[in-house]
Amino acid sequence: MALAKLAQLSKSVVQGPSLATGAIPAKDWMDVPAIFKPGNYAYQAKVEKVEYLNSQKGLNFPNAREWSPEDDDWKLPEDWKEIILKGLAERLEKFRSLKIFMDCCVRCGACADKCHFFLGTGDPKNMPVLRAELLRSVYRNDFTLGGKILGKMAGAREMTIGVLKEWFMYSYQCTECRRCSVFCPYGIDTAEVTMMLRELLHLVGVGINWILEPASNSNRTGNHMGLQPHTFKDNVDFLADDIENLTGIKINHSFNRKGAEVLFITPSADVFAEPGLYTAMGYLLLFEHIGLDYTWSTYASEGGNFGLFTNNELMKKLNGKMYAEAKRLGVKYIIGGECGHMWRVVHQYMDTMNGPADFMEVPKSSITGTTFHNAASTKMVHISEFTADLIKHGKLKLDKSRNAHVKATFHDSCNPARAMGLMDEPRYILDHVVDNWVEMPENTIREQTFCCGSGTGLNTDEIMELRMRSGLPRANAVKHVIDKHAVNMLSCVCAIDRATLTSLMNYWNPGCNVCGVSELVGNALVMDGENRQELDEGLRTLV
Amino acid sequence: MKYAFSLLAVIALILVAGLGSLVPGMQYLFGVVIPYLAIMIFIGGFVYRIIQWAKSPVPFSIPTTCGQGVSLDFIKQDKLDCPTKTSEVVARMFLEIFAFRSLFRNTKSELHNGPKITYESSKWLWLFALLFHYSFLMIVIRHMRLFVEPIPFWVNAVEAVDSMLQIGAPTLYLSSVGLVGGVLLLFGRRLVSRHVRYISLNNDYFPLVLIFAIAATGILMRYFMRDNIDIMNIKQLAVGLVTLSPVIGAKIGTIFYIHLFLVSTLLVYFPFSKLMHMGGVFMSPTRNMANDSRAKRHINPWNDPEIKPHSYAGYEDEFREFMVDAGIPVEKELTAVKDEA
Repeated sequence: MALAKLAQLSKSVVQGPSLATGAIPAKDWMDVPAIFKPGNYAYQAKVEKVEYLNSQKGLNFPNAREWSPEDDDWKLPEDWKEIILKGLAERLEKFRSLKIFMDCCVRCGACADKCHFFLGTGDPKNMPVLRAELLRSVYRNDFTLGGKILGKMAGAREMTIGVLKEWFMYSYQCTECRRCSVFCPYGIDTAEVTMMLRELLHLVGVGINWILEPASNSNRTGNHMGLQPHTFKDNVDFLADDIENLTGIKINHSFNRKGAEVLFITPSADVFAEPGLYTAMGYLLLFEHIGLDYTWSTYASEGGNFGLFTNNELMKKLNGKMYAEAKRLGVKYIIGGECGHMWRVVHQYMDTMNGPADFMEVPKSSITGTTFHNAASTKMVHISEFTADLIKHGKLKLDKSRNAHVKATFHDSCNPARAMGLMDEPRYILDHVVDNWVEMPENTIREQTFCCGSGTGLNTDEIMELRMRSGLPRANAVKHVIDKHAVNMLSCVCAIDRATLTSLMNYWNPGCNVCGVSELVGNALVMDGENRQELDEGLRTLV
Repeated sequence: MKYAFSLLAVIALILVAGLGSLVPGMQYLFGVVIPYLAIMIFIGGFVYRIIQWAKSPVPFSIPTTCGQGVSLDFIKQDKLDCPTKTSEVVARMFLEIFAFRSLFRNTKSELHNGPKITYESSKWLWLFALLFHYSFLMIVIRHMRLFVEPIPFWVNAVEAVDSMLQIGAPTLYLSSVGLVGGVLLLFGRRLVSRHVRYISLNNDYFPLVLIFAIAATGILMRYFMRDNIDIMNIKQLAVGLVTLSPVIGAKIGTIFYIHLFLVSTLLVYFPFSKLMHMGGVFMSPTRNMANDSRAKRHINPWNDPEIKPHSYAGYEDEFREFMVDAGIPVEKELTAVKDEA
């Protein structure tokens, strides 16, 4: 489906009859069915991807088949309803968060207009509270006394195919960004609800290809992009060559090297496509600058984890490679690159799932002597923490004027901001590598930051209009600083952002580029023995 | 018309108590049996729900961080919004529970032509909620004077504060105004705000109407129908209920039975409804956990050690030739593999 013209969408977002613009839907939400048509859903997973994942030990991805969300018949297993209700019962026993979040909501509506999907689509079911009610109504019906006695009068409804289709539609119009949970008086986190919905849907074989294909790639080749070891190495080598051409600096990097002090893991997107490539060049330059004893791994060549967007079993399985490889190579600690959901997994899940990592040491920078106590157990340090520490200790020779072409702003990625608390480290770095950078309005940054609109595996092209709508709040805040301060660069610390914000800027704010903070670091670094060309656009300069 | 249904339900409850308590001999049912049952169901149900929640583990450490986390020593941690120590978590929870801090953050967004989205602070919900909950709390505390003899000093203290304006006789309680005002504002908000109206269920209107009726009957008794009730008999009954020796005095008044029946209904309804947010707010994992999951390992009791990554050995077996060709170190050289075969 062709993407709507800018003028058309601009008008539709503001004036289209939706709950966000003032129209009140005539029908009760329970009476509005989810209808799938081209452009409003991400494509179903391919048979072979589902079969592959299902064949892996410890995973359960049943019911691989040809189907389409547009079909009436989704070819679900005969006992699909039992499977779903049993799955729900099981998850209520496993996750206190689910129970509490099902029981405590008072429908105060504080979350309603906090969701970027709601603001961009005006669809009532994209209000976080209603997204949760999609599941809560079924929970009431089968798991609460009030619902069993009073039924629909108490907001309960039976699990039907229609409900299942609704779950599919709206659990894939949520990026698990947690913005709603900041405003909820009980901290109800729609991400938890969406995760459960997606887990339940996988039990009956309902999933999307844009998530399951990268996940199966990652399991087999080590990274989402499906780069085999030699290709992964080629890509990094290619970036090292580029750096040599631009700066005359020969990069010394290695792969799968035993005995290195540090294992470096970043999202594979960083070595795959622009503008992530420039961020990766930034890493290479930084490590070269300080002479870090580190290695890349082709086996653990993915920082991201699309398993997070499916179920906790697959998340654990994919994440397990990080520690397995750190152990095999005998490194002292791990440095992780810029990525949002990767850090959600590393910060909040990894140690619990795959720890304890007692074969490594508490991370201590051999350059500055700083011990990273905040990562004492997980043994994994964020590149922004590592870089900020280097700057603080004066270990980097930086020349801000090399970023003179940049007027930057900074986008807090959802997960580092709301599931980690990493906000000031990248800002500290920006202060030292660019002369000019400004903040976006306060209700759109830090813990109130808006998602790029395409996280949790929704960065697929067939739903481009949805993505442009849900990304509107972010794009709009960027436009504000473009108009006011002539910003031309949206910096971030997330690989998905680097890809998705690029599409978003091209659509809403053409002329504004997107970069990783480490690219700006790379631009500003003054390397010993360099033979640097005139780089008007830093590492992006074509020579 | 969900609110209309709630209205009807509460009217029905009023009629049941009003008419029922007039039937000779039924006073004992409405004055003793039902309140006892209600309080048992309330306590039992509340405890049951808490235990049910507590039985499910918290498998992952999932605090919502709303500020800078603990990091390098020159990066300032936001201890309240991104706590790492227990004391910091307690402070965060305290402000959440007693000051509704998350609601204080509330903003209202608007879409304008351009398109342009604006966000402005919107503290109405926070204000209404505070008004409602604190008035309710004061009223509950004030009612303690009916159940204990002698009256504890803190009950008298709350009452003194509550009546500090010294308006009218009997003195007007601020909490009476606060509760009725709070309920009406919260109810009005449900009707006026289009977002909230669309999501509201019977489950949302009913408790508001019920609490309004409770407040109204209470206010009627205190300010307008003092002759219809006998406060000494009510106190005698209340103390009797607490000491498990209830006595129904001669003249208590229908309005009192209605009030008591509505309160009993609220108590019974409480544990099975959203009102349990009172207990749940203490147990919400996104608020009551420390953000220290990289420094301290959080344990998941059902973590499955059998879920292992696709092994390195399997990976190398599949790609060994490519790896050797590309000069990537391998565990087993090609020759070694051939020897095995």
